[in-house]
Amino acid sequence: MGLVRVQAADFDPGLALAELQAAAPTAGGIGSFIGVVRSDARRPIESLTLEHYPGMTEVALADIAAQAEQRFGLLACTVIHRFGRLLPGERIVFVGAAASHRAAALEATGFLIDWLKTAAPFWKKERRPGGAESWVEALAADDSAAAKWR
Amino acid sequence: MAPLRILYFAWLRERLGRGGEDLLLPEGVSTVGALIAWLQARDDAYRAAFANPGLVRAAVNQVFARPETPVHAGDEVAFFPPVTGG
Repeated sequence: MGLVRVQAADFDPGLALAELQAAAPTAGGIGSFIGVVRSDARRPIESLTLEHYPGMTEVALADIAAQAEQRFGLLACTVIHRFGRLLPGERIVFVGAAASHRAAALEATGFLIDWLKTAAPFWKKERRPGGAESWVEALAADDSAAAKWR
Repeated sequence: MAPLRILYFAWLRERLGRGGEDLLLPEGVSTVGALIAWLQARDDAYRAAFANPGLVRAAVNQVFARPETPVHAGDEVAFFPPVTGG
């Protein structure tokens, strides 16, 4: 059974991994990915605000987790996604997958984040230095990353 | 008849100046596409917000929907841009 959390607060990646391992005591491999608010010279931002659709978000993430578990035969998986205003360097998302062997754990981790990017109702708004704000547009690359799992 | 609950997110919410509204299912509206057409006929703000179908996604009762997805009284219908989480 996948663990899904949607929260404003930060999460502890070490704790998330420990909980995932505890939920899958016979696992031989655990994969994980952490998404972080990026600000660099090419695209400097002051903050990122994530809006979501309360209710649907939890259902969509649970569905994604269930698909990953079934498809890769996972022993357990975790999805934690934050919302609200985040600063550069802050963690946005954690996905983790525990399986008997590494291939399933690593592949499922990629599936979880690729699928989440196109199937969970979150929207990002960037605030740039100077105060200009704009909604982040969906990338065709995200769609094709998700499509490779179809 | 139970009202239709409509929700707007991200720039659709900002552009329409509201996060949602309740309305009685308009006569002749039985799909998401027909509801969009009905909303667009309301005023210029709605017409502009829904002008590019490629920029708007929908969900009915919290499940992703398509223009031909049926809409019934009492449903929760949400409109939003393509998602950008992760």
